Amino acid sequence: MPQMNMIQALNSAMDVMLERDPSVIVMGEDVGYFGGVFRVTEGLQRKYGEHRVLDTPIAEGGIVGAALGRGVNGLRPVAEFQFSDYIYPAFDQIVSELARLRYRSAGAFWSPVTVRTPCGGGIRGGQTHSQSPEGIFTHVCGIKVVMPSNPYDAKGLLIASIEDDDPVIFFEPKRLYNGPFDGTPDKAAVAWKGDPRAEVPEGHYAVPIGKAQIVRSGAALTIVTYGTMVHVCEAAVRDTRLDAEIIDVRSMIPLDVDTLCSSVSRTGRCLIVHEATGFSGFGAELSATIQERCFWDLEAPIERVTGWDTPYPSAFEWDYFPGPARVAAALRRLMSPP
Amino acid sequence: MSTLIDGPQPPSAVGSAGARASRLHIPAVPARPGHRSDFGYLSLSAAGALPRPAIDARAADIGELAAGLVRVLDDDHRPVGPWHLPLEPSVLKTGLRHMLLTRAFDRRMQRTHRQGRISFYIQSTGEEAVSVAQAMALRPGDMLFPSYRNQGLFVARGVPLVDLMCQLLSNRGDMCKGRQLPVMYHSGPARIFSISGNLATQYPQAVGWAMAGAIKGEDHIAAAWIGEGSSAEADFHHGLLFASVYRAPVILNVVNNQWAISTFQGFAGGEQQSFAARGPGFGIPGIRVDGNDFLAVHAVTQWAAQRARANHGPTLLELVTYRAEAHSTSDDPSRYRPRDDYQHWPLGDPIERLKQHLILAGHWTESAHQALSAQLEAQVDSSWAEALAQGTPEQGCSLDRGLMFEDVFKDMPEHLRRQRDALAAERG
Ligand SMILES: Cc1ncc(C[n+]2csc(CCOP(=O)(O)OP(=O)(O)O)c2C)c(N)n1
Repeated sequence: MPQMNMIQALNSAMDVMLERDPSVIVMGEDVGYFGGVFRVTEGLQRKYGEHRVLDTPIAEGGIVGAALGRGVNGLRPVAEFQFSDYIYPAFDQIVSELARLRYRSAGAFWSPVTVRTPCGGGIRGGQTHSQSPEGIFTHVCGIKVVMPSNPYDAKGLLIASIEDDDPVIFFEPKRLYNGPFDGTPDKAAVAWKGDPRAEVPEGHYAVPIGKAQIVRSGAALTIVTYGTMVHVCEAAVRDTRLDAEIIDVRSMIPLDVDTLCSSVSRTGRCLIVHEATGFSGFGAELSATIQERCFWDLEAPIERVTGWDTPYPSAFEWDYFPGPARVAAALRRLMSPP
Repeated sequence: MSTLIDGPQPPSAVGSAGARASRLHIPAVPARPGHRSDFGYLSLSAAGALPRPAIDARAADIGELAAGLVRVLDDDHRPVGPWHLPLEPSVLKTGLRHMLLTRAFDRRMQRTHRQGRISFYIQSTGEEAVSVAQAMALRPGDMLFPSYRNQGLFVARGVPLVDLMCQLLSNRGDMCKGRQLPVMYHSGPARIFSISGNLATQYPQAVGWAMAGAIKGEDHIAAAWIGEGSSAEADFHHGLLFASVYRAPVILNVVNNQWAISTFQGFAGGEQQSFAARGPGFGIPGIRVDGNDFLAVHAVTQWAAQRARANHGPTLLELVTYRAEAHSTSDDPSRYRPRDDYQHWPLGDPIERLKQHLILAGHWTESAHQALSAQLEAQVDSSWAEALAQGTPEQGCSLDRGLMFEDVFKDMPEHLRRQRDALAAERG
């Protein structure tokens, strides 16, 4: 089986879909001739032409509005935002239009747009190249929100997103593009090569939206996480030697409540970890949902480890980032509550 | 799943995109790697060819300024035409000095990035006349809203290089207290607004600042800069609209350096008409100017400033220039344009042109130029040593991490105080 890093896997997903389905088009800033600032669309314009892999003006609201219109007129657009920090100029087109078109027209109009966008920190990007705004979009009704944590899921989930008739915001944790990152910046970077999750079939396959994945089975407690933090949590579990179950949420909307709750009901303890700021973050929704279903099985309060409630500061990146030490401390607290 | 080939169709789908050839227009890019540079698309006017209207001219009456190109220096470096407003030789020499210092600073910081001592940098090479001449044509009380490629504004307003360098280093002297990516400077005292990473946001903000000045009856004006690529953002249009409606005393600049990372200016709409021509659509005069001609840039900026101060309203200036270096230290332009493209740029280099003009006029010599360059390089070196004294990258972060929680709000709320203490406990 071929080995791919996350960039190659995402590229392969679009390649497969452009090949199979002439209605699929790719668009965004610098995605065409150049192949994207993270090289995710490299080679696609050469292969499929300037009419299906389009460079766009730097106008995110225009990109989403025009993607929506193309979708209504029979195409299946995959739009890239260069950084998820630059999604906000498109906020109204996403929230008021893309998310609600099917609803407000009672199904007469809809648009199967996929918005791809790199998110998260760890690349010394400062406050405008590091954000994780997924929680903002999970608060909007009518768009699906997904975030893969490895190359296999990245390709399968992106294919599922493109094939989905509802709009999907597809977050790509950019710190994972080239390798699994466990949150220790001083260690030599690890590549995806050799990792079983980097074994990616060449052809078409889908990872269903709406299904979480148990990435490590355990009995002592449940960690619910996604994106880069999956790897950070694995490191923290190694460090603490706790028999934790780690669940990669993968899909925030729809949410695989059954997988999360049956695990927490079994272990009786739950830690929720994400990189985004905590206050009103997606972890709050996870915590509430799990508490509602699992209250009588809980042996300790549900804890959250998240980014601090500040913008992502450039010089204090590793103080901001919820690294393995912060996760490990929470794990220990959970196992022996005061 | 529905496609155009099989399965249910989106209800309003018509025809099959796959069946017929696309009729969509895709903007042309004149030269890609491996091709010969081609600047035939650039519309150029002869130096001195365009009129200089009265400052209260109506946008509709001066449309030729938005389509043509205001130039003062001819190909032999002689100043010609109605836009030549003679400046004192000392002013020109100051301009040359600021441009040279900006370039020396850029070169040195680029090298510093290569040595791994700063994490990111953006050069303004080839575009120095834009920031320097414009800053010099404005008054110290005027408020500037820059993009990330306007370091010349800081240099021309006398912000010490050490201050800029400390920001790049995120050390104890960092004006942003470690919160911003390198190059996202600001200066309260020099009246230069905080640079945003999000493109074009400063445009309507500058208009708002200018509106406040008008409301308060002051005669300070505002000026904002964005790249031609960023002029695609809605905020560009918001800025023009508010400036037009309230005749705000503001100068709105589009720096057309031909490229937005890998995207050619045609993708921002430059293929259909000039960026200056967006102005007249809002009733705002648009002037397209040779951005590498110090005298022309100074003259049009002065015209726009006089117009704004006399309450005749805003002006849109398009500064035609070329981004001589990479977009940033994260970019490699040889992937998307000919390697030697800049060598063929028809409007030359702003520093070289002003230098030759001054030599021709008998105010400058080659040896004086060499001596000044050496002196400015030494100034950059000593500033760098001074900046490092406030914390080197090798020493690690010299700022208190508690600073992360300050300035989110004016007063730190309880939840942030708790988080600050938790971080301190975590770090021991
Ligand atoms: C809202 C937003 N979208 C996208 C970006 C990413 N980005 C940073 S610079 C840039 C190109 C801007 O080009 P231009 O406006 O022509 O200015 P130049 O860099 O050429 O000076 C892009 C797309 C951003 N910073 N903000």
